[in-house]
Amino acid sequence: MDNTGALSEQMRAIPLENFIMLSLILFSIGVMGILMRRNLIVVFLSIELMLNSVNLLLTAFSAYSGDAAGQVFVFFIMAVAAAEVAVGLAIIVLLFRNTGSVDINVLKRLKW
Amino acid sequence: MSEIFFYALSAIAIACSLLMLFQRNAMYSVLYLLVCFFAVAGLYIMLNAQFLAVVHIIVYAGAIMVLFLYVLMFLNLNTPAAFTKTNFLRMAAIMTGGSLFLLLFASFYKSELVEMPMPVTNTTGDVQTLGKVLFNEFLIPFELTSVLFLSAMVGVIIMNKKDKANG
Repeated sequence: MDNTGALSEQMRAIPLENFIMLSLILFSIGVMGILMRRNLIVVFLSIELMLNSVNLLLTAFSAYSGDAAGQVFVFFIMAVAAAEVAVGLAIIVLLFRNTGSVDINVLKRLKW
Repeated sequence: MSEIFFYALSAIAIACSLLMLFQRNAMYSVLYLLVCFFAVAGLYIMLNAQFLAVVHIIVYAGAIMVLFLYVLMFLNLNTPAAFTKTNFLRMAAIMTGGSLFLLLFASFYKSELVEMPMPVTNTTGDVQTLGKVLFNEFLIPFELTSVLFLSAMVGVIIMNKKDKANG
């Protein structure tokens, strides 16, 4: 397998810093979405976006340092995200059945 | 060449995630995030993580986003006025997100990256390499993942089962 040259060439073209910047931007957009939107489903989508940015960062570090363990972590994060989405959407459906809304302000009722 | 690809893919990812945020209809938000995920999968391929790119598309586009769309259609939210007015909260959220980004960027800018040892081979993201690592070092966590899935599945089914007393 002789594609070593291609990788180092690509690394010179795209430094690791670019991937870090992209992950930072995506993570900040996710935080913004969680704080901004009132729709519970979109809040969940923002959480997925944040998980994705962290996955991208882990993969970038793993590829640039030549250690496969980072990509295995990404695999586990994906598995946990899938389970989390299943449970979270079940909770949203339950909430909708009981209150008729997925507005995040409905959860104020949990205070009492 | 790869530079152009990188900038195009990251522009698509950032633009689609921003569009996801400012979309009124939740259905469009899901679809924009789907496009963003495909761009991220392209970036995985650029990082030579082919296995992760394929798994990313299968898990996110194939499973998670379909679940979101299914729940959205199930809920049938046709009343856009149902959500509370959020002008103040919107400004506050944008400022908070922006300052978080500034903070992260400043700490990243001030820090010096450790010199990475250049990888000798380009096979980090191959199925073969990942499989060897996954089934040697991370065998127990891998098996525990199946327990996690099983408990999530049972939990979801029990949560959404209608009570017999209530009908």
